[in-house]
Amino acid sequence: MGAERIETIEGRALPMRGEDIDTDRIMPARFLRSITFEGLETHVFEDDRLAASRSGDVHPFDKPEYEGASILIVNRNFGSGSSREHAPQGLRRRGIRAIIGESFAEIFFGNSLMIGLACVTAAQGDVERLMAQVEHDPGVVLHLDLEAGACESRGLKVPVSMPAHVRDALIAGAWDTTGLLLDRYEAVTATAAKLPYLSGF
Amino acid sequence: MGQTLLQKVWDLHTVRTLPTGQTQLFIGLHLIHEVTTPQAFDALREHGWRVARPDRTFATVDHIVPTRQRQRPFLDVMAEDMIASLERNCRDFGIPLYDIGDDRQGIVHVIGPELGLTQPGLTIACGDSHTSTHGAFGAVAFGVGTSQVRDVLASQCLALEPLKVRRIRVTGQLPRGVYAKDVILTIIQRLGVAGGNGYAYEYAGDTIERMSMDERMTICNMSIEGGARAGYVNPDETTFTYLEGRPFAPQGDAFERAKAWWRSIASDRDAVYDDDVAIRAKDLTPVVTWGVNPGQSIAIDGAVPAPAGADRQSTSDALTYMGLQAGQPIAGMKVDVAFIGSCTNGRLSDLREAARIVRGRHVAPHVKALVVPGSAAVRKAAEREGLDRTFREAGFEWREAGCSMCLGMNPDKLEGNQVCAASSNRNFKGRQGSPTGRTLLMSPAMVAAAALAGEVTDVRTLADPAPAGVA
Ligand code: SF4
Repeated sequence: MGAERIETIEGRALPMRGEDIDTDRIMPARFLRSITFEGLETHVFEDDRLAASRSGDVHPFDKPEYEGASILIVNRNFGSGSSREHAPQGLRRRGIRAIIGESFAEIFFGNSLMIGLACVTAAQGDVERLMAQVEHDPGVVLHLDLEAGACESRGLKVPVSMPAHVRDALIAGAWDTTGLLLDRYEAVTATAAKLPYLSGF
Repeated sequence: MGQTLLQKVWDLHTVRTLPTGQTQLFIGLHLIHEVTTPQAFDALREHGWRVARPDRTFATVDHIVPTRQRQRPFLDVMAEDMIASLERNCRDFGIPLYDIGDDRQGIVHVIGPELGLTQPGLTIACGDSHTSTHGAFGAVAFGVGTSQVRDVLASQCLALEPLKVRRIRVTGQLPRGVYAKDVILTIIQRLGVAGGNGYAYEYAGDTIERMSMDERMTICNMSIEGGARAGYVNPDETTFTYLEGRPFAPQGDAFERAKAWWRSIASDRDAVYDDDVAIRAKDLTPVVTWGVNPGQSIAIDGAVPAPAGADRQSTSDALTYMGLQAGQPIAGMKVDVAFIGSCTNGRLSDLREAARIVRGRHVAPHVKALVVPGSAAVRKAAEREGLDRTFREAGFEWREAGCSMCLGMNPDKLEGNQVCAASSNRNFKGRQGSPTGRTLLMSPAMVAAAALAGEVTDVRTLADPAPAGVA
């Protein structure tokens, strides 16, 4: 549908440790107070980043060595909670083009696909290996190949996976669904015609 | 082989299998609000698309609306902007809008059922994760993001992957002082916040069957907090009685025909489930969350856990954020704010139950307590019963309908690291508007008790405790 074909993603990575990181943390609700998605990139993890700096710490998103990273590495159940697309939008607009994680919350995963942000899963041990490698050498470049289902980075190759339909949609550039859904509208009308509640029972 | 409600509704609404392998699913009802739609309407304009079924699309305002001062233009410029944008979009695309000042305005998940829009057998979408609420009627209801809102607006369809079904059977009599909220918090605690990934939850068993529609909505509402995108209860006489006479429910003969169809879409007796879980009602107690996700909860007479096992890091992180010590009893934790409201527990029966507890008593002097009805209709009905007076006399603020302090998008927010006893559904860090604010989720009755005592309190210890199974 004219969407970009996404087959491989290459770039430096940003490891972001923690389980159950919810969308309220990725994008606090006050930044939903806008009628566009513009500028969301500046607010990603804003409260966590502030909390970190107050306690004399540096949040991964503020570490200079990860600046310009395009692949985010996360742990279990990333993106739980709210359906706000503002969360993946903020990450995408900040330059994140793929996320490698142990697992994702469903709505977040779907929302990411809708904007061409590839989320792939990897085994816990492999995520740990990747994180450790990047933490040790933030300059390392990851090469994520969706078709091959692998992520390669200097001497390390880990299998990654995503549901077949998601992978196919990204590779074919068919992740922008509206066109697909409108494609055969007569079939939609036919389905609607069968529904008792649309015809007074 | 029998089928589940989910399978039946799914099959009936399947338009076709997309080249991507996903199902193109027709959406019977699309509910929209001010926060997750502006960018979707922009996309429609950009492509020159119209709204496919404005007759199956309904709008209201809930998230950003102030609950105190309703004069237009709002003092909050951004709120004014977002609501004006929804008004323009609804006007341009011919969508009915239940706006500020309309008797039908309210939290989207409260007004859908109230108006009779939410019915058994429908597929429902809304750009809000708590759309699972509508499953209480035997609908299959999904929370979606803004790009999917755009899809539904343009095509009345979604591209989805099929869901598995986990039946959760709750059986037996709930002990007194234990509510629907405690049931669902317990389920989430046991199955985990990601336990429902890939599943729809079917809530069954005699405990659920005896529940009112309000209680079933509380249960289904929080399915998403357990990772399940949808949750439902099979429709029965309770469902039909609730719907009869509602503005958008079928009337007269059509209602009788509708009932027959609604019965037919319930799960068959011999339906096969992908998973089955049993919960015994008599073991349940009032529950309070101690952490930063809805799965981190304990019984009111329990102690805060110590970091251990796989959850070591997240437990210790949550304890630090909440300012709690491992092993500390949760009862007695001081609260600064008490919030009764939200799409989980902002309906009339919730307010009645809370009012019953606070009647003739007074909020502790250091507590800021507020009641925010889930809809204008709930507010009006409560006022007819004098509940507003009861709450005001007890020292609660009585507000206009909206999401209010459930999330930090409107003027109702926590300040600093205040602790809030809340009847809402999320205790995430910063959820209630202050980046260091702390939320304790519990039933509305327990919030009322906490407001009176000024600390987390077992509602069962108050005189005249709740009979089992109310609210
Ligand atoms: S009350 Fe809370 S959870 Fe419900 S729709 Fe509003 S913000 Fe979302």
